[in-house]
Amino acid sequence: MMEKMIVGRYLPADSVVHKMDPRAKLLFIFGFVIIVFLANNAVTYAVLGAITCLIVLLSRVKLRFLINGLKPVLILILFTFFLHVFFTKEGDILAQIGFLTIYKGGVIKGVLISIRFLLLIFVTSLLTLTTPPISVTDGIESLFGPLKKLKLPVHELALMMSISLRFIPTLLDETDKIMKAQMARGADFSSGSIPERVKAVIPLLIPLFVSAFKRAEELAVAMEARGYKGSEGRTKYRILQWSTRDTIAMFLLVALCAALFMLRS
Amino acid sequence: MKEKVISIKGVSFQYPDQEAFALRNVSFDVYKGEWLAIVGHNGSGKSTLAKMLNGLHYPSEGTVSIGGYALIEENVWLIREKLGMVFQNPDNQFVGTTVQDDVAFGLENNGVEHSAMQERVFASLEKVGMTAFLNQEPHHLSGGQKQRVAIAGVIALRPDIVLLDEATSMLDPLGREEVINTVRELNENEGLTVISITHDLEEASRADRVIVLNEGMLYTEGTPERIFQLDRELLNLGLGVPFAVQMSQLLTDAGLQLSRRHFNEEELVKDLWTLNFEK
Repeated sequence: MMEKMIVGRYLPADSVVHKMDPRAKLLFIFGFVIIVFLANNAVTYAVLGAITCLIVLLSRVKLRFLINGLKPVLILILFTFFLHVFFTKEGDILAQIGFLTIYKGGVIKGVLISIRFLLLIFVTSLLTLTTPPISVTDGIESLFGPLKKLKLPVHELALMMSISLRFIPTLLDETDKIMKAQMARGADFSSGSIPERVKAVIPLLIPLFVSAFKRAEELAVAMEARGYKGSEGRTKYRILQWSTRDTIAMFLLVALCAALFMLRS
Repeated sequence: MKEKVISIKGVSFQYPDQEAFALRNVSFDVYKGEWLAIVGHNGSGKSTLAKMLNGLHYPSEGTVSIGGYALIEENVWLIREKLGMVFQNPDNQFVGTTVQDDVAFGLENNGVEHSAMQERVFASLEKVGMTAFLNQEPHHLSGGQKQRVAIAGVIALRPDIVLLDEATSMLDPLGREEVINTVRELNENEGLTVISITHDLEEASRADRVIVLNEGMLYTEGTPERIFQLDRELLNLGLGVPFAVQMSQLLTDAGLQLSRRHFNEEELVKDLWTLNFEK
């Protein structure tokens, strides 16, 4: 189950979005996340919605997967929606339930904010759905490259990220194994009060930590034996390729930004 | 006279916080193209020796020379280019997120040009028969496959010597066979010098020469045939002679005319059921 959650995120396919340079995708999303906040009326939201639909169509990711990504934040969206519905006091009164008064302005605002959330989540989950984690790491390393001048250990951070990604399934397997071992000795992870359950996790976490540290040490020795001496003099196996479609995406982003500035009220 | 690739002379080693020596006055040579097995039970000093050969420990006394370089701190990176190491735990030495990334890791570290890298990654994977798994993630591979990838990662760097530090001890029998056969092929076809450190005498039986370590000292050395004749002595050292070897010995003692000593059950069984064909 846990395996599906993490490994199942990336959906390999042969679409324009999949083929894009991860740097372009990261920049686009970074820009998009900012300009979403420029939208403040129906027209601007419609434009953003249309662009999002276009990207989703281009990526050929099934809507089902996007909706899945939505589930964990659904409560947050509903919460903000109702917050706006109940507490914004603008426009005509739509209904009155007990001490709560619902205004038209509140409903409109609630809907718009929810759409904003939806757009953000759709676009960001598209990144993880269409890009293998290792490419995201490469993209981040490359984008943050200039910060090396400020003595920021960009390469080391990227390597840390990629090693963490690589060890997630290994540690999940291990957790599963320890859990079964402890259950075989009578540990109970699935019943009891909340403090009891938290306590039950301790015999799971301690062996996991011990083994993670052991792994880390062995990995460090293995890396050294294979000639790892830090970022200096190191070449890269994966090379990112910036192509025309990435430049087009950047232009699209600028155009979108300009359009929003003109259309917003 | 065969060319020496490693020469160990009078080496002793003591861990900083321990009184007893982990290695005491050990001397031996390793020759080019041979497969040397170093056996010994836990605490015999074989792991210490393995770490020393890779420059993770330096001898307290004596000298070690690998590929013409003396084992001192300045030469450590040169030595690591000459001698590649495969460790015990298949998971804890897999650095890359996919098979090809992992094989490339050592090449990246050594600053190999990108254009040459791809070719070397493919060639190494070809040699260990893992080309079909290029983009696989490690958790979808078996232990034996992971170890083969580790071997590919090592040979991509074109070392002269490969050191297997208990590389098969965490594998199931099938994976063990897989790894040993891969190493055998590399040893025979590529002329790679192999040192396998193990407590599994069945693995040692595949070697050209066996060195037995006991309590940090070199106990004896010789061909697997000679070593297995020690039988009781080996048991006293905490090393069990493989079943097939014992069986083969007992059968010969009982007067059966076996053509040779057998190191694995398959060979023995094959010889036994074909034994009376000629009669």
